[in-house]
Amino acid sequence: MATVLDSKVPSGPLGEKWEKHKFESKLVNPANRRKFSVIVVGTGLAGASAAASLGDMGYKVKAFCFQDSPRRAHSIAAQGGINAAKNYRNDGDSVHRLFYDTIKGGDYRAREANVHRLAEVSVNIIDQCVAQGVPFAREYGGLLDNRSFGGAQVSRTFYARGQTGQQLLLGAYSALSRQIHLNNVEMHTRTEMLDLVVVDGRARGIITRNLVTGAVERHSADAVLLCTGGYGNVFFLSTNAQGCNVTATWRAHRRGAFFANPCYTQIHPTCIPVHGEDQSKLTLMSESLRNDGRVWVPKAKGDKRRAEDIPEAERDYFLERKYPAFGNLVPRDIASRNAKEVCDEGRGVGEGQAVYLDFAASIARVGENVIRDRYGNLFDMYAKITAENPYKTPMQIYPAVHYTMGGLWVDYNLQSTIPGLFVLGEANFSDHGANRLGASALMQGLADGYFVAPYTIGNYLGGTKLDPVTANAPEFGAVENDVNERVNKLLSIKGNKTPLAFHKELGKIMWNECGMARSKDGLESALKRIPELREEFWNNIKVTGEAGEFNQQLERAGRVADFLEFGELFAKDALVREESCGGHFRVEHQTEEGEAKRDDDNFAHVAAYEWTGKSGAQTRNVEQLIFENVKLTQRSYK
Amino acid sequence: MATLNGTSNGHGKMLSLTLQIWRQKNSKTKGRMEEYKIKGVSTEMSFLEMLDMLNEQLIKEGKDPVAFDHDCREGICGMCGAMVNGYAHGPDEATTLCQTHMRSFSDGDTITIEPWRAKAFPVIKDLAVDRTSFERIIQSGGYISVGTGGTPDANAIPIPKEAADRAMDAAQCIGCGACVAACPNASAMLFTSAKISHLANLPQGQVERHLRAANMIRAMDELGFGNCTNHGECEAVCPKEIKMENIALMNREYFGAMM
Repeated sequence: MATVLDSKVPSGPLGEKWEKHKFESKLVNPANRRKFSVIVVGTGLAGASAAASLGDMGYKVKAFCFQDSPRRAHSIAAQGGINAAKNYRNDGDSVHRLFYDTIKGGDYRAREANVHRLAEVSVNIIDQCVAQGVPFAREYGGLLDNRSFGGAQVSRTFYARGQTGQQLLLGAYSALSRQIHLNNVEMHTRTEMLDLVVVDGRARGIITRNLVTGAVERHSADAVLLCTGGYGNVFFLSTNAQGCNVTATWRAHRRGAFFANPCYTQIHPTCIPVHGEDQSKLTLMSESLRNDGRVWVPKAKGDKRRAEDIPEAERDYFLERKYPAFGNLVPRDIASRNAKEVCDEGRGVGEGQAVYLDFAASIARVGENVIRDRYGNLFDMYAKITAENPYKTPMQIYPAVHYTMGGLWVDYNLQSTIPGLFVLGEANFSDHGANRLGASALMQGLADGYFVAPYTIGNYLGGTKLDPVTANAPEFGAVENDVNERVNKLLSIKGNKTPLAFHKELGKIMWNECGMARSKDGLESALKRIPELREEFWNNIKVTGEAGEFNQQLERAGRVADFLEFGELFAKDALVREESCGGHFRVEHQTEEGEAKRDDDNFAHVAAYEWTGKSGAQTRNVEQLIFENVKLTQRSYK
Repeated sequence: MATLNGTSNGHGKMLSLTLQIWRQKNSKTKGRMEEYKIKGVSTEMSFLEMLDMLNEQLIKEGKDPVAFDHDCREGICGMCGAMVNGYAHGPDEATTLCQTHMRSFSDGDTITIEPWRAKAFPVIKDLAVDRTSFERIIQSGGYISVGTGGTPDANAIPIPKEAADRAMDAAQCIGCGACVAACPNASAMLFTSAKISHLANLPQGQVERHLRAANMIRAMDELGFGNCTNHGECEAVCPKEIKMENIALMNREYFGAMM
């Protein structure tokens, strides 16, 4: 029996909902806040900003990260920029336009009210970050500079060279460090959440493993925030950090949180191509490069000449040709699919799975120094990885898994289907629909953490009668036992195959069958092979070392075990969604021109999966998306 | 350069290597160097991918894999790092260990790999060290004390481009600890001064500048880091090319605080 999902979107006109909701939200008086404890898992942009803000307000916060410092969360690697509807360029931007671009960019699969709120608070984020000392790029007059990003015709992206994510995270980290110093936040580094504890239907704590000592520990609180990022590493090769994983959200899913739209994955068009079997990760080259780089392949198949030997007339600038209005700055899903298409036609360069991103025209126009100023660190990184000089030779790029729009289902308050469990940033499903626009991930992470969660969590804590719960409650003991059993089981199998080997095998299935183009046959094959691989995992995994020590093999094994369950749900969702939208491209559903063809009559909804006790047997629940302020059209960037 | 017809995405050359690696079970036991042979290392692989390969080999042989910290593998998170042939982050200039590629080595090479060595960075296991001391330095004052909300418009205070650029140069520090590992005094002055300089270059950082310098320097000293005696090893190994000028600036800030 399907559950009815209540998004709790406030009534009233779109532009007034958030103001109204804030006013109607319950407050907790400053003196009472210290009586409430909040757990924040993950310290990327969403987690660090939420922990710092809640600590600053006076709540007792415990924050957790698996790295050795909150500053290392993978938000740090975001390069190009952060969007905000400041309209500093006087080029027609507004809150409504950012809202509209985001909804359209997401192929009409996001919730209007959440996206509008995101656009509203975007302007506060930039103010907040500047006050913290984030050194955004500036013009000679001293005011902030902007650049353009895909899917927009205005310049609304703020940036700090090619390290915007780093600088924003260091800003949030500095605010968090201050709260740690003031004893408002208790920070637990090198600590991984392995399960969620639910007491009387409410999230009341987590079970963690200290990654240095192996100690399994209980932590209780009045609310739990998951800010644990996305699940791109289910593909093994992705632009995510090695440690990024689905465990926190998956364990919460198994405890009752619905998982929404798992099949929505962003394949980023500009990454350094794969070089070999032993590769451990893919590296992104920021989308901002498409401001000045032109994407092309030879017109002829199998043209093996060097880029500089191919005359202008024999090059196909396929994005400029097919999408004259947006050119090289079409949204990511479209750029990726077109790159795949030309490579599948046999026109790929290098080893065949690559297209050129060429800066020659921009260097001729503005000079090498200007290009170096804009993208120097990215060019250096490219040169280090490939041993080529991108100032002289065009970059070779190919799409790679980068971001996941799906995540735990949340309502307007960012609360999951488990009361007291809030989900922020990439870990939730809420704002990007079926495709995220560039420079919007940073915006969402910080919006959730600085400006949304502090209100909605106050509303929950102020409006809920919570019985006192300590970590001695029997529910904590039961979940702790589950965690210990699982850890011991992983160590006791003593099979022949390493966690890395299983991870790579799963990644291959996911990339081949659930990647840029998905078909019924491929997805059905994945649905057969993933459970088989999982079965083999639990009989043949080899985890060296012991539970009570620093054991990176054990860490990976646990994460891969969860990916092996999650991957199945991913494929299932992709199979059921009989349409193409954004990053989800079903070959059976395309227009004559090969563009994604949505089915709004049957699929203008969020699919939210409910755990029923067995992997792959989740119930599919539906939240109908209601569009009152935008008209659903076939996306066109021509 | 491993380029062929303008492409480098082939599988490169294959290397056979001898690795001398520091093995230490935990912070309480003594460590020692151990030798491993590894074959079939592609010059296209990153250094950490080579270690992944070694670990798969060790696991198959029933041995304990080498523990090493790493995460983003694109040179920005600051989690990785080791002394390679005596150099922090290996032989390549301005490059983290994860961005060091095996094309920087030759067939038949012996490579020694050791953890950062400093009193303030105790070894956790093998190549992984505890850098909590860096956290303490930042917590002591590496911020502008603003809460969430109530901040002025981002363009309310113009900042000269040169000042913003100088702040950004210093703010690029990734907190990896190579500067401490390379310094004969295990000084954290480059790390600490990068943060002080980042904030001192901005108008928003002026209000607390002296207090910040005094607090951060006190924390640095209390945590067991040494002093700067101008060896310049820190700047030489810094993967983000943070300059020693920042240390001079920090000293000025400190004198300002003491006046």
